[in-house]
Amino acid sequence: MNTDPSQVQLTANGRLKHFLTTEGLSRELLTEILDTADSFISTQERAVKKVPLLRGKTVVNLFFENSTRTRSTFELAAKRLSADILNLDIARSATSKGETLMDTLWNLEAMYSDMFVVRHADSGAAHFIAEQVTPNVAIINAGDGRHAHPTQAMLDMLTIRRHKASIEGKVVAIVGDILHSRVARSQIYALNTLGAAEVRVIGPGTLLPKDTEALGCKAFYRMEDGLKDCDVIIMLRLQKERMQNALLPSEGEFFKLYGLTEQKLAIARPDAIVMHPGPINRGVEIESAVADGMQSVILNQVSYGIAVRMAVMSMAMSGQQQEKNELLAAGQNDQEEA
Amino acid sequence: MRYLHIENARLIDPSQNLDEVCDIYVAGGRIATIGHKPASGEIEQSINAQGQWLVPGFIDLGAHLADPGYPQKGTIASETRAACAGGFTHVCALPDSKPVADSSAVIQQVLEKAAQAGYASVLPLGAVTQGLAGEQLANMYGLREAGCVALSNARQPFKDSYVLRRVMEYAATYDIPLFLQAEDVSLSDGGCMHEGPVATRMGLSGIPATAESIALAQIILLAEQTGARIHISQVSCARSLQMLSQARQKGLNISADTPLANLVYTDAAVTGYNSQFNVRPPLRSDADRQALLAAVNNGELAISSNHRPHEIAAKKAPFADAEAGMSMFDFFVPLALQLVSSNELSLAALIRAVSNQPAQLLGLEQALKEGSWFNAVLLDPTASRLADESSMHSKGTNSPLIGSRLEGAVSAVFADGRRVF
Repeated sequence: MNTDPSQVQLTANGRLKHFLTTEGLSRELLTEILDTADSFISTQERAVKKVPLLRGKTVVNLFFENSTRTRSTFELAAKRLSADILNLDIARSATSKGETLMDTLWNLEAMYSDMFVVRHADSGAAHFIAEQVTPNVAIINAGDGRHAHPTQAMLDMLTIRRHKASIEGKVVAIVGDILHSRVARSQIYALNTLGAAEVRVIGPGTLLPKDTEALGCKAFYRMEDGLKDCDVIIMLRLQKERMQNALLPSEGEFFKLYGLTEQKLAIARPDAIVMHPGPINRGVEIESAVADGMQSVILNQVSYGIAVRMAVMSMAMSGQQQEKNELLAAGQNDQEEA
Repeated sequence: MRYLHIENARLIDPSQNLDEVCDIYVAGGRIATIGHKPASGEIEQSINAQGQWLVPGFIDLGAHLADPGYPQKGTIASETRAACAGGFTHVCALPDSKPVADSSAVIQQVLEKAAQAGYASVLPLGAVTQGLAGEQLANMYGLREAGCVALSNARQPFKDSYVLRRVMEYAATYDIPLFLQAEDVSLSDGGCMHEGPVATRMGLSGIPATAESIALAQIILLAEQTGARIHISQVSCARSLQMLSQARQKGLNISADTPLANLVYTDAAVTGYNSQFNVRPPLRSDADRQALLAAVNNGELAISSNHRPHEIAAKKAPFADAEAGMSMFDFFVPLALQLVSSNELSLAALIRAVSNQPAQLLGLEQALKEGSWFNAVLLDPTASRLADESSMHSKGTNSPLIGSRLEGAVSAVFADGRRVF
């Protein structure tokens, strides 16, 4: 039970069987995810987009938090892998009627699902589910509290790799509400593992977590300092409720200090790219001229999202299958020895 | 006279400067002689305690017994028996039961149940405010008359400094001791672990050290003003210890304890989201843990169990959703002795912190000396076993130690001369 999240997601021989966090995964494994996603991008451009890798498998979208965009890309990814998909909008059903998370899980297990795609408001929820469900059910983390959103991070890595040739040696700045961001955490781990020269976070003290350097990044309070020499700028979405919690005075002041304008963009390298996990608040974290400008790759990110999710789902399913085969083989050996 | 004779045990009682292997004779509930046979009488029972330690029974300064109100977590009978398994002869019961222990009726019920069960004695801590709501004073005098040894806020906030001031003034009038837990809930709100690098990595909301130290500053200043007798329960931060020793230097008589878990574990234990490590106060940094250990070794800090039993479902949830608390009683001795074998705590400091200091604070007679009531625990430091749920006496099996090997165990507990475990 007391195992590190990064290890729970691997089989004995280091293959992916769940995808819970980018923390602690090897460079080889992260690169394999990106390579696999690259290969799916080409299938997405064909007239017939489906591949049969998950044929006969049942994928359950288990969203305890509302999300249309992430849920639909997972749904599309599962369908393009030929899986059967069930969408459960738990945010509005069972747990709100007092059923515990464990009860929900036991019910779903009884339906013989092969994979859960989980989004939950609690950090560690996907990890908890991975430890509690029966073996051979793959768990894909679609966002747990402030902890991790690994598929979003990997699609961002794919975006950087496709637009900047490589992540190695790049200076990357993540701007805005780092404190509440599961995306930022997953990005920082992936960027460091994939060889980024420097990962920076830029924001006011109220929106940077305590001991930020524990994540493996450098903290900046001013855009003027943090954007210097940057190859990649990742803007994060600012939630409206931050203003009510005494974390920020106003959207206006935030935009003035941290909103990405053409002027601030000019501080970075001339060929820097601008990214945003979406949905964008125009005029809060980014101005339209930049969001729709030449250096923005925001829309490309969305289309890579499906390929990355297909990659992760197929890899985790094959890891589960391998583990199952090994267990069966071990069982047969035991019988023969007996 | 008919005697209970314990032979060859190593008798250790720092309050008596006692640490030697010798025999002890008990009659009529009291220690008759130490080191020599009584002049007359016969031996009714003899226990050979070769290789074992006989120390004064432990007195717990704060445990959640879950009774009345939470039979799925624990009952007075199950938890006081578990307390004996942990070497405790006396347990201060926190008032956060359901109903809250804010009336003499609840206190009577608790005391009756404890007497009926016949294991560790329960020393009730009454609620300092009605319903622990932090607004109106509970019948503080009446609660003391009903048997409360002190009154506590059980980690519930006071509405404002005004209420806390009046609580202290009223308590000071009748010299009622207050056991206060320092927490500024506006700073800890939503937090489920220590605020620090681990919380940042795990994406869990942190409880800053200032949540404790700011509330402690408020308590210290009002204690200076009112002259109330204050004990700070469950200190977790190094900064709090500095503030306490400064207050003592200024002449304030203020004592404190720390939960055993905070001496053993740090926030690093939360890596892996094991909900058994979701506790209040939270497990802090290693620097905090080292400062707490130093304070115990110096005799400035007592150790409490902060025992809090839970049913399995309460812990089977994502970390932040799991109920806080650890079932401490059953494995208290091996866990504490672990600190002695790692040389982080001296054996004498441990016994002082779990027995001598609490006894002094509560005015109890708990010493290994002739004429005293025989409240003692016989420990076997070499006993080794595997921690499993089925061997636990507490109803709550919420311990991170399940499955691990434990060194050291309680072989017998005596309360007023009667063997209760």
